[in-house]
Amino acid sequence: MGGVCLFILAVVQSSGPLTVNGRRIVIAWPFIWLLLFFIIPFLIVFKISFSEARLAIPPVAPLFEWVSSTKNFVLTLSFNNYLFLFSDALYINTFFYSIKVAAVSTFWCLLLGYPMAYAISRADPVRRNLYLMLIILPFWTSFLLRVYAWVGLLKTDGLINNFLLNLRLIDEPLTLLYTDFAVYVGIVYSYLPFMILPLYSNLEKHDLSLLEAADDLGAHPITAFFKITLPLSISGIVAGSLLVFIPAVGEFVIPSLLGRSDQLMIGTVLTNEFFSNRDWPVASAVAIALLLFLLAPIKIFQYYQDRETEAAL
Amino acid sequence: MSSRQSNLKTEYVRIEGVSKQFGSFSAVDNVSLSIYKGEIFCLLGGSGCGKTTLLRILAGFETPSVGRILIDGQDMTDTPPFKRPVNMMFQSYALFPHMSVEKNIAFGLEQEGIARNEVQRRVAEMLDIVKLSEFTRRKPHQLSGGQRQRVALARSLVKKPKLLLLDEPLAALDRKLREHTQFELINLQEQLGVTFIVVTHDQEEAMTLGSRIGVMNKGRIVQVGTPTEIYEYPNSCFVADFIGSVNMFKGKLIEDEPGYVRIACPELDVNVFVSHGISSAPDVGLNVAIRPEKIDMTRTAPMQKENFTQGIVKEIAYMGDISMYLVQIPSGKMVRVTIPNIERQVDERISWEESVYLSWQSSSPVVLSQ
Repeated sequence: MGGVCLFILAVVQSSGPLTVNGRRIVIAWPFIWLLLFFIIPFLIVFKISFSEARLAIPPVAPLFEWVSSTKNFVLTLSFNNYLFLFSDALYINTFFYSIKVAAVSTFWCLLLGYPMAYAISRADPVRRNLYLMLIILPFWTSFLLRVYAWVGLLKTDGLINNFLLNLRLIDEPLTLLYTDFAVYVGIVYSYLPFMILPLYSNLEKHDLSLLEAADDLGAHPITAFFKITLPLSISGIVAGSLLVFIPAVGEFVIPSLLGRSDQLMIGTVLTNEFFSNRDWPVASAVAIALLLFLLAPIKIFQYYQDRETEAAL
Repeated sequence: MSSRQSNLKTEYVRIEGVSKQFGSFSAVDNVSLSIYKGEIFCLLGGSGCGKTTLLRILAGFETPSVGRILIDGQDMTDTPPFKRPVNMMFQSYALFPHMSVEKNIAFGLEQEGIARNEVQRRVAEMLDIVKLSEFTRRKPHQLSGGQRQRVALARSLVKKPKLLLLDEPLAALDRKLREHTQFELINLQEQLGVTFIVVTHDQEEAMTLGSRIGVMNKGRIVQVGTPTEIYEYPNSCFVADFIGSVNMFKGKLIEDEPGYVRIACPELDVNVFVSHGISSAPDVGLNVAIRPEKIDMTRTAPMQKENFTQGIVKEIAYMGDISMYLVQIPSGKMVRVTIPNIERQVDERISWEESVYLSWQSSSPVVLSQ
């Protein structure tokens, strides 16, 4: 999904007239990259989503076929895969569940991440890099390991339950693992840095004399935060939220390891369709539908970024 | 100018023994100062002299390490900025980039919980005063530097503060606009009767704006006075040198009478006769300061018996209205002389390598202790 964002941003940002050749070459490089590793695979997926499934290798009927009897090319476009998504409640249900999980996780990331980003941006400049380092440090451990570690923490005889039992705060162990809560914890924990970093880079650029001016004009520091700092950090909030929300919608490792077994997320459905059912066309249709849905938040991001660029001029 | 002098002498701001330490560095060092109601007081000094820190202490952004701030008789030392009856115009203007001109100006009034109609009325009135009525809906980044400066001014004045602090208010403007704005500021101040404290490093700005000037150096106030007092009667070599340019000669008192003194200046090759008494111990080394525009330069010997010397023109800087000459006197020292270019013909003017007489009136030299 990150590739989608990147590509769309690149297209929109380079739509101005290009005259300098050197600049073209520089811009061409990411384009070639995106062409090879995003557009071509995307077009293949797009194509497959209109095909029929069949038992073969690959398990997809071709779109164009040379029919020797009539001596004609035949184009077989099938919309069945998309119709199938809407006919089966499973897909719509998982789709909305995924969005709910992603939205709630994004909200908590924002709530936890904003104060952290704010504190780092206001810290002594010498210390800031250390704090940022600490934010990034968990990435040095495998993502999978870190999610597995939460199993150990959350399970019935896990660290958290034992701790609470020993303190006699609870009499029976809490059901923490394999719940929505565990998924939220996993996603918030894993994606928090993606919220903090864009927020930090926004907050760090704020002109502190604006807050002094607000203070001077009679605004209590809390009022000044809501009237000055918060509105000026909207683009950071939007960027961070999208960086958490978009991958969280398609997340499949965290819900598989920590989540409920009776409620799938769209990423899990996609994996199942592709690998277990070997139904490539439906899997592709799920991917395309998800992409179309995620275009909306990307557009919002664009809007705010453009506005900020304009304001900076 | 008469109204600028009329309502002086009622103390409005009182700075009592204020010091501010940053670590081991004294930004402000034991400053005591009274600022009168309705005046424009300029804090003048080079960078790092503590003038901005003193202003920030008055605004409440810094708390003094020692000392008290009284505004209108009330101790404000520990009052946070948002509770002070003081507004500040920031050097960077600090306009809120996400708000229109109108919203920027309304911000302060909204914090007081004033009714919307009243806010609109006062904003409109202020926009009218600073001539920005056409730009109400613009964002700060859509304005020119001069317009932004006026928005900042309007925003800080709309709350009708009794005291307005201005941090380098004209520094970001180009020269022509600056001159124009200086007079606008003075008019506005007279119109509204607000007390202004202006921080500036630009002595010309301080001289034009200020009814009084406080010259600062190394965290201390070294002299307070009207522009004329500061320029004509500097109390130290620092002030004489900082305000305008000056020729400084080391000397020793050889005749000390209540009505006049005579000072031997080896650097000048002649003794300087000063037509007023000075208060100084006889053996202490002195400095004689003479402003470049107070020296007369002629090709023929002057009529006076004293207070002149000879020299050779080494450098000429033509500045249009005046020309600045560097004249080498026999001791080798360069003397700076400025002459207004009254005549238009260039060939009549004194030129390079000409031998000239430099003379000055006996009231011109300022005698300063070293």
